[in-house]
Amino acid sequence: MFGKLTWDAIPLHEPIAWITGLIVILVILAVLGWITIKGWWPYLWGEWITSTDHKRIGVMYIVLALVMLVRGFADAIMMRAQQSLAIGASQGYLPPEHYDQIFTAHGTIMIFFMAMPFVIGLMNFVVPLQLGVRDVAFPTMNNVSFWLTASGALLVNVSLVIGEFARTGWLAFPPLSEKAFSPGVGVDYYLVALQIAGVGTVLTGVNFVTTILKIRAPGMSYMRMPIFCWTALATNLLILAAFPVLTATLALLMLDRYLGFHFFTNTGGGNSMLYMNLIWVWGHPEVYILALPAFGIFSEVAATFSGKPLFGYRSMVFATLAICIISFCVWLHHFFTMGAGADVNAVFGIASMIIAVPTGVKIFNWLFTMYGGRVRFTVPMHYLIGFMITFAIGGMTGVLLAIPPVDFLVHNSLFLVAHFHNVIIGLVVFGVMAGYTYWFPKAFGFTLDERIGKAIFWCWFIGFYLAWMPEYALGFMGATRRLQHISDPSWTPYLTVALIGAVVILLGIVLTAVQLIYSIRTRDRRRDITGDPWDGRTLEWLTLSPPPHFNFAVLPDVHGEEAYWTRKLTAIREERLIEEPKYEDIEMPLNTPTGVICAFFASICGFAVIWHIWWLAILGLIGAFAIFVWYAWRDEHEHIIPAEEVARIEGERRRIRGELLKTLTMPA
Amino acid sequence: MDANRCQGDGTRAASHAGAARRTVFAAGLIVLTAGCDRGVLNPVGPVGHAEKMILINSTAIMLAIIIPTMIATVAVAWWFRSGNKKARYRPDWEYSGSIELVVWSIPALTVLLLGGIAWIGSHDLDPAKPLPSKTAPLTVEVVSLDWKWLFIYPDQGIAVVNQLVVPAGTPVRFKLTSATVWNVFFVPQFGTMIYTMPRMTTELNLQADRQGVYDGLSAHYSGAGFSGMNFKVHAVPPQQFAAWAQGARGKGTALDGNAFAELMKPSSYVKPITYGAVAPRLFEAIVANRVPASPVPPQQPNQPVSGSGA
Repeated sequence: MFGKLTWDAIPLHEPIAWITGLIVILVILAVLGWITIKGWWPYLWGEWITSTDHKRIGVMYIVLALVMLVRGFADAIMMRAQQSLAIGASQGYLPPEHYDQIFTAHGTIMIFFMAMPFVIGLMNFVVPLQLGVRDVAFPTMNNVSFWLTASGALLVNVSLVIGEFARTGWLAFPPLSEKAFSPGVGVDYYLVALQIAGVGTVLTGVNFVTTILKIRAPGMSYMRMPIFCWTALATNLLILAAFPVLTATLALLMLDRYLGFHFFTNTGGGNSMLYMNLIWVWGHPEVYILALPAFGIFSEVAATFSGKPLFGYRSMVFATLAICIISFCVWLHHFFTMGAGADVNAVFGIASMIIAVPTGVKIFNWLFTMYGGRVRFTVPMHYLIGFMITFAIGGMTGVLLAIPPVDFLVHNSLFLVAHFHNVIIGLVVFGVMAGYTYWFPKAFGFTLDERIGKAIFWCWFIGFYLAWMPEYALGFMGATRRLQHISDPSWTPYLTVALIGAVVILLGIVLTAVQLIYSIRTRDRRRDITGDPWDGRTLEWLTLSPPPHFNFAVLPDVHGEEAYWTRKLTAIREERLIEEPKYEDIEMPLNTPTGVICAFFASICGFAVIWHIWWLAILGLIGAFAIFVWYAWRDEHEHIIPAEEVARIEGERRRIRGELLKTLTMPA
Repeated sequence: MDANRCQGDGTRAASHAGAARRTVFAAGLIVLTAGCDRGVLNPVGPVGHAEKMILINSTAIMLAIIIPTMIATVAVAWWFRSGNKKARYRPDWEYSGSIELVVWSIPALTVLLLGGIAWIGSHDLDPAKPLPSKTAPLTVEVVSLDWKWLFIYPDQGIAVVNQLVVPAGTPVRFKLTSATVWNVFFVPQFGTMIYTMPRMTTELNLQADRQGVYDGLSAHYSGAGFSGMNFKVHAVPPQQFAAWAQGARGKGTALDGNAFAELMKPSSYVKPITYGAVAPRLFEAIVANRVPASPVPPQQPNQPVSGSGA
């Protein structure tokens, strides 16, 4: 009846696991109770959960990312504590069975459920606004994407209290992840959660590629798109090309585990090298799926806060596309030590280095964007400068790892771990934090507190160096990754400094919550009345903060590369806004529960597959399918916002803009 | 004896962290000056030396570019701060062909140089390439197990668990496989690491020039007992090696099918075990995944291994 699921699945023998699980459940119940008491359910259901508005979906992605950041970081600090304690005679406080789940969960959660939702959330919120349009190409599918991602995140976290998570490392290399070596449900949780979330991600790719290629404001040719849209395009092309490979690879491993196939097993002619190749054919582009949007955010930040157009726009576009393409030709550098011949290693090593060329160009172009500008040291600008310094180090260690003979020394070591945290924190985290601070007023109509924002930056910046510079050194000393116990006591000081670094980062994460609460409570004196709090240059700053549901009353005509900046200068020169156009009715997509119901059934199906409860799996699958059939037969597609309503909202915006205009002068 | 080298590390640490903050710099310096006598920066053989050289040269080449870039980043941002009246504001300056040419050329030329290093280095230091030496190489067959290492000396007819003894100054030709999941064979002070993979053989050539005891480990996570997969490597004078091998031969237990089945059982932090005899062609049998479960009489060379079994 319940497959492999018994009462033993609840980890009562591991106090850390069940106490944490209990606390998490209590917190969730408290939050749900609070929402019920306050009577917020109808609002949440009607305005958020079922929303097809790209802005709302974007915000939900980022909320998911922030929650998962906390979960992933809890794993991180537990690992740092274990490695600082389990030295020499001591075995620390986490046995291998538990510790091995933690590092697997940390990697899986941080990449798939923190970094991915954060960049996808920012793209969701920003791209249609920057393109000057009202929504993405497929608004309902967008909602489905989000809820499928959330379903994957849910399953990973359910493994905390029911069963176990994988103990294989975040890429679940076979043969270790095969049934023979990992008989438990941990790897199945991993596989099923990523399959479900992966579908959501591919749908996002379809949606955004279509949106950027087909739906743009009149006059916005490709070479007039903001650079963030270019990086979003490149990222979503990478998603479309890479994620199906991940799905296929994980499906092959599932066949091995569920149906006794032999793709990657030790016996029956299986070949685990094949998995290594396939997973990295996805895995390396994945790095750039995260990196490119961060480059885009920094490009926007650099231009806005330097008061200048981005230097070398065409060069930046070309560099972005070059990275997009070359990132598919380098996957072998993840296993130079597998014994491929010298020619193969050298070719992939050099291909990897070539990526450093367009990346280096980007760094120089941001530098020249600041040159001759009027740099305002806002929070996003702190992140930009912190990133340029930190990423230079990460880039250098990356190129070192691309040299096969150097990789032979430090592959799989803490040097490697330090390298990818250097780029993930220094680029992706700094980037999304800059984007979060930069676009927050656009989303909610008030700015985040600047002073706390700077404190958060310094926590991440200093914390990063404290946590990861010692790990670079440990890598040179021969320390490998994923050690539950450290044999060499002379590493103690390094591990202690790294733990201190993690605590400093913890402070930054706590301050992020403090900043949010404090900013909400003081929102009345930090309102963004004008819709253009940073003196922006791209179209998202043309509309109000928060933007009306339809974003733009009339789609803006685009002349030149910086659509909004050009328009602003014209208005200042002519001392008037553009002619008031004739407003028309606007059709907007209806909200729909399709996504959340589909994800509900997908979660049930996933859970049932993990525990071999086949009847429930079939029920879940039918449910998830049925909701789409129901949706396909819908009668109403859109709701109409009448022209008078549009005119009223737009009239208010024009009044505000008219007043703003009186205070502006030409930059000189 | 390592004072110079440690100093060198300190300088590198300084340049890493130098662009960060003074506190970080100080912390880095303290951190990097302790315990640097057993890592990849203190190689004891030709492979490790050559690789360390490439590491240091490449780092120096890149630091020559990234340090000025970091300084320029901070300097430009600070000089062009909005409050600085002396800085000239050029709100429309967004393109310069000559600057573009330079910013594409700098990384391209660097990569050209480093690419050359990578190409030559990959070929010179190909793990499968025999090391040039007048001395005939010693062959050692390496098998990773859950969670320990088995070193078979086919020419000496002995095998050791979790202890590797090699003659100093003699090239060692390793043939490696795994009887379980993947691992990586790594002796940091020797240089190159390499994967051990079930049903597959990798090759690796290393040499220790300096006598001593060195740390070895698995550098690829392989399950619960992974942290306890360490072993010691003893690089001894060739005569001492010969004496050791001679002394071990024929003594203690034999590594036959039964003994190997016992070894296959998971265990970690295993103390060294020496086997005075080894079933012939045991390594090939492990690679072929057909280790005999029944005992194979030791000391009978050239007897083919039974095809039946495990």
